[in-house]
Amino acid sequence: MNAPARARRPAHPVAWWGWALLLATAASRTANPWLLLLIIAVSGLVVSWCRGDEPWSGAYRVFLAIGASAIAIRMTFYIVFGGAEGTTVLFALPSIRLPDWAAGFRLGGAVSAEGALAASYDGLPLATLLVCVGAANALASPRRLLRSVPAALYEVSVAVVVALSVAPQLVSGVARIRKARALRGNTKRNPANLMRTVVVPVLHDALDRSLALAAAMASRGYGRAAGAAASTRRTTSALLLMGLLGLCAGAYALLGPATPAPVAWGLLALGAAAAVLGIAFASKRVPHTRYRTDAFGARDWAVLLSGSAAAMGSIVSAAAEPGSIWPATNPLTMPPLPLAAAFGVLIAAAPAILVPNTPTKAGPA
Amino acid sequence: MIHFDRVTFAYDERPVLRDVTIDIPEGEFCLLVGSTGAGKSTLLRSINGLVPHFTGGTMTGEITVAGRRVRTSSPADLADAVGYVSQDPLAGFVTDDVELELAYTAEQLGLPQATMRKRVTEIVDLLGLADVRGRTLAALSSGQRQRVAIGAALVAGPSALVLDEPTSALDPGAADEVLSALHRLVHDLGVTVLLAEHRLERVVQYADSALLLRDGTVTAGGPGAVLADSPVAPPVVHLGKLAHWPGPPVTIREARRHAAPLRERLAGERPPQRAPVAAGSPLLETGAVAVDYSRVRAVDGVDLAALRGERIALMGRNGSGKSSLLWALQGTGRRSAGTVRIDGVDPSSLRPGRRRTVAGLVPSEPADLLYAETVRAECEGADRDGDAPSGTCAKILADLVEDVDAGAHPRDLSEGQRLALALAVTLTAAPPLLLLDEPTRGLDYPGKASLATRLRGLADAGHCVIVSTHDVEFVAEFASRVVILSDGRVVADGPACRIVSASPMFAPQVEKILPGWLTVAEVAAALGADDDR
Repeated sequence: MNAPARARRPAHPVAWWGWALLLATAASRTANPWLLLLIIAVSGLVVSWCRGDEPWSGAYRVFLAIGASAIAIRMTFYIVFGGAEGTTVLFALPSIRLPDWAAGFRLGGAVSAEGALAASYDGLPLATLLVCVGAANALASPRRLLRSVPAALYEVSVAVVVALSVAPQLVSGVARIRKARALRGNTKRNPANLMRTVVVPVLHDALDRSLALAAAMASRGYGRAAGAAASTRRTTSALLLMGLLGLCAGAYALLGPATPAPVAWGLLALGAAAAVLGIAFASKRVPHTRYRTDAFGARDWAVLLSGSAAAMGSIVSAAAEPGSIWPATNPLTMPPLPLAAAFGVLIAAAPAILVPNTPTKAGPA
Repeated sequence: MIHFDRVTFAYDERPVLRDVTIDIPEGEFCLLVGSTGAGKSTLLRSINGLVPHFTGGTMTGEITVAGRRVRTSSPADLADAVGYVSQDPLAGFVTDDVELELAYTAEQLGLPQATMRKRVTEIVDLLGLADVRGRTLAALSSGQRQRVAIGAALVAGPSALVLDEPTSALDPGAADEVLSALHRLVHDLGVTVLLAEHRLERVVQYADSALLLRDGTVTAGGPGAVLADSPVAPPVVHLGKLAHWPGPPVTIREARRHAAPLRERLAGERPPQRAPVAAGSPLLETGAVAVDYSRVRAVDGVDLAALRGERIALMGRNGSGKSSLLWALQGTGRRSAGTVRIDGVDPSSLRPGRRRTVAGLVPSEPADLLYAETVRAECEGADRDGDAPSGTCAKILADLVEDVDAGAHPRDLSEGQRLALALAVTLTAAPPLLLLDEPTRGLDYPGKASLATRLRGLADAGHCVIVSTHDVEFVAEFASRVVILSDGRVVADGPACRIVSASPMFAPQVEKILPGWLTVAEVAAALGADDDR
């Protein structure tokens, strides 16, 4: 009874994150609305076919809303402050004359179709990126992801796991205390009363519970033999810190136009190497073992590959048909569909067939 | 195996253990006995170093487990020598999955994967968890959860297992599951078990020896000898002392062997009637009450009528719908269908302030009702909430329990005092219907006896008292009528003596020895009357 359940295990969380980030890469390399909408559609399809019914599975809808608001904010900014201008005026707002030093800005004034289109072309990639991250959140189990982190980060991952299980307990604690409040006939809603009769008891409860959990974890060996030699600990922290600094500097250099590309990539690579070294170094010295190593199987590779098809497609299109990847907004035209990129994104829908949703294990209620 | 050498422990200036010297040999099932607040948890937690590592305090003397000194190790270092199981398994779970939870300690010890798998499989078979191995912890019953907690403590292969009230929150069936699993561990693995429990009637038959903790000092011996002069003892021991049986016997089997002469003496006597004399129209009437949650129907069509003066015990397994029914009767909880009438009024149609003057409920966590910083402030708040004359609540509290320090924080009170305070707060509104959800958890025998007396007094004063409980001995002391729920339906309803004697699961110890009699007090009264004649 166990074997089939394990065979139909959902894909590895790292595979889902890789897939989503590759899809996001494709989205960040284009402003073509057809392509971006296709990416959103594909991510929605995969999420609705592959997600389980865990608490985090609803994340996708939240990210959709955040994405929509990103476009709305971009559009509001354009309407109020202006931006790219065009000849097809849709409507005009009353405008305020700004002093000369604020040239280039306007407040109110004519709103053109070209400008609105450019604004939405600006907003859509960001929204798509957010939706891709939402897809990863909905698909990848955070608990399984934490189990895959290197042993060196074990303490951090335990803290996150505990936090994950405390949140639902807090919610049920609030419900319990509120019902007890009604038993006292206390339904006043002023903040001081709520503080005293709901917040304080709930926090008291949470504190008691975390002390009990800490004692239980200690008596089960958590934090045992943490006393690795102090010099080793210092070396590891130094490597990790240098690695993180290197990564930040590299990323900054890469995004800023002033630094030559080879220097930027070099910094990034150095930083990554230091971080990896630090983690590997520390992991060797951690005395814990894992009960189940989460194997990265053929299906997980397939998920990752399907995601990279989307990224590859956008690279091919960028070389072969650059006009369709970055469509012009002035004059107004219907943007063409970049074929290679669209084909790649369609391949990225493959996980919907490869790893469809399996009901999460549950017993009788 | 577990050895205490002149151990003294004190929080600040308050001594808990005084010069304790004990020695528990390998493979022994040892029971730790004592009143509430005697320091049982402190003693148990000092064995793996949680006391004083997690609590502070001053300790002198030496504790060794399996030859390892506790003083020089942290609780984590001792994880492979001592397994520790607490009363509430949910509070100690780190993961959300049975297998991973079982493997947790082994992961911490850094055992290789193959060894870990083998150990987990052994534990699963030993504790009968094979059916639930792949489930999430949330989907388990309370008895299964407690067995998972025991298994999780055993995976590292400790030579001693320490359990602090492992069956207190369990129904009789689940408690039996857990205790027979422990019994098997002692016999098959040779684990040394030290266990503290309030409900001695459940565990004493498994014990090889007992320790009595009183005023910080420990007396050791055989279970019979130790319980004979303990302030807390199961009814069978009291009956044995009353009838001067040698031992006294601690198990039903032993006691039955001595019981024949006593049965003959009682042959002509009848226990007093428990049903209240007051009749009239029912105070509480329900029709087909149902409570639905998202996927389950917790209460399924309950029809109940109750008179003033009745003392009703609501029994049934964990999850049979007792709490949901009580909350629905009070009107604050959810009710999906059916009718509830208290004195002709539907409580859920009233505002909360008015509702509590009709039906009062003491929840299973009495502390949820309390939020002032001192007992005095709590009582004054209750008077204000209930528009009662100043001093009402304080007076009720004084009637219920003596010498509560009015300046103490409600959370610092003993379990019994805290329950009494929550009860007094509830009674300030003078509700005719009084509901209590699992009030006996954490109370020792004297505590339960005094609760039963108080509740009987309230019923005699015209309240209708309904108590949900697993505790068969408390039911024997308290109830005039027993209602048994199963899967949200009433499966039995009638006079206490008839219902509890019909099922071995719900029968109190005295009934098992002397059919027809429920409590030692009844037997003593009958014998006294007999002697007078």
